[in-house]
Amino acid sequence: MTAPIISLKDIDVTFTPKGKTIHAVQDVSIDVQKGDIYGIVGYSGAGKSTLVRTVNLLQEPTSGSVTINGETFFSKTNDGAATKIKGKELKEKRRKIGMIFQHFNLLNERTVEENVLFALENNKEKEKIKKEKVAELLELVDLSDRAKQYPSQLSGGQKQRVAIARALANDPEILISDEATSALDPKTTRQILDLLKKLNKQYGLTVLLITHEMEAVKAIADKVAVMQNGRVLEKGSTLDIFTKPQAELTKEFIATATNQDQAIQAITDSETVKNLPAGQTFAELKYTGNSTNEPLITSLYEQFGVVANILYGNIEVLQGTEVGSLLVILSSEKDNLDDALAFLASQNVTVNILKGAQA
Amino acid sequence: MSTWFAETFPNVVYQGWGGDTGWGTAIFQTLFMTFWSAIFGGLLGLIFGVGLVVTGPKGITPNKTLFWILDKIVSIFRAVPFVILLAFIAPFTKALVGTQIGINAALVPLSLGVFPFYARQIQVALSEVDSGIVEAAQAVGASFSQIVFGVYIKEGRSEIIRVSTVTLISLIGLTAMAGAIGAGGIGNMAVAYGYNRFANDTTLFATLIVLVMVLIVQVTGDWLARKYNHK
Repeated sequence: MTAPIISLKDIDVTFTPKGKTIHAVQDVSIDVQKGDIYGIVGYSGAGKSTLVRTVNLLQEPTSGSVTINGETFFSKTNDGAATKIKGKELKEKRRKIGMIFQHFNLLNERTVEENVLFALENNKEKEKIKKEKVAELLELVDLSDRAKQYPSQLSGGQKQRVAIARALANDPEILISDEATSALDPKTTRQILDLLKKLNKQYGLTVLLITHEMEAVKAIADKVAVMQNGRVLEKGSTLDIFTKPQAELTKEFIATATNQDQAIQAITDSETVKNLPAGQTFAELKYTGNSTNEPLITSLYEQFGVVANILYGNIEVLQGTEVGSLLVILSSEKDNLDDALAFLASQNVTVNILKGAQA
Repeated sequence: MSTWFAETFPNVVYQGWGGDTGWGTAIFQTLFMTFWSAIFGGLLGLIFGVGLVVTGPKGITPNKTLFWILDKIVSIFRAVPFVILLAFIAPFTKALVGTQIGINAALVPLSLGVFPFYARQIQVALSEVDSGIVEAAQAVGASFSQIVFGVYIKEGRSEIIRVSTVTLISLIGLTAMAGAIGAGGIGNMAVAYGYNRFANDTTLFATLIVLVMVLIVQVTGDWLARKYNHK
């Protein structure tokens, strides 16, 4: 494994407004590999935005270390010994880390091209070369025809694309997206996410995706960390987090992203399940990847004489892997059922018995 | 027309146009005082206003001590009534321009009288610039001067024009008091040659001139503020 492009270690951020101490971020360590899209999910106030602002030192950590591309941006141990980059050097480093925001934060009194040009003001290149660069960037985000317009004349999605062009002006290796799609409608959200994915694929751009929408993570992130009250509850590959969530909050987030909760609730409340006869079991079967190739339901009947009545099914594709979920009623003799469950476990199918035998 | 005017405003005609006591001279004096104290007081106010915003708790270079000092200077100067300020800083004025009476001497108290008012207005105007835009500028590695001029002042342009209009109008009001130290102007005309001599027509005419001046400033200011607002 190569060294991570972003390495946050033991980050603490503490605010003390009027004597009260607020731990915005507590003891967070995150490593992001080059070329990853790394999602950080959590509700507002979880500390996500504060955490990512430590990456370009818009927010200085109270303690911990920030290492970008092997270079120590900030390091401070609890006993107070600190090193940090500042002044001109800090400004130069910041140019290599693009950032986009929920409310776009475009300069209202500048046109689209002037907004992008603003990011290049410190660039020593000739005016003509900068202009070409701006034109290229606007082409990339598909806004060439809007170059002379002011932000107020654009839609939300267009504004965010201008912000992306501005963020990319200095050819950064990292892009921080701070709730960049939260103010957009679902369709526009999708377009922006697709654009981020494209930039990630084509230019190897590392993306730090802060969001409260698990949908966004599901759509493009390779890895994800779930935050609550300033701490990381769990982190891992998007596939692992989605298929084997540990924390309650993670499960809650996943449920919102798949609408599965409502389906389970509706089925659990249905007459069939409520009046479940003896000998029948209501269960949830979850499987990933390879399992989907096996004719599971057929095997259950042929090998164990267990009849599976499917009430609900859902298949998602996460990072190219299929993730399935079935709600079934299993009818069989008791012994056969135990064998069947053992078989399912051997096929890497997770079984949650929701009602009936053994429940 | 001219006969009607001469009969209705005899004292206005008596004052004449040129000469030490003429209308032309008075108008010039008011414009002269307004212009130069707007330049000096405006610059001073702008520096203090920007200083207050950048060193303030939410500024780009928070500095408690500097903020406290700027804030107190502005508050103290704002608290002193202008007529008292005129008298109070007379020794300073003399040291600066060599005299404590006359139109040049009036520029010192006028500038010092208007700057704290303008500084506060600028502080409010710039505070309205979205902190997110400032943050975005910091994120692209913008320098201190780029943020001050390229973000705060450029983004706050329309609001700055609006508060400048208000300040300029209040400055025209202040110049009327400068007559107290022999600086002349329309205000002096209204009081010294109108009110004190029971020449009500002179007072009325002087008032009308000030009204026209204020109106021109207001209309121009509003137009510019609209022109430079793309929000």
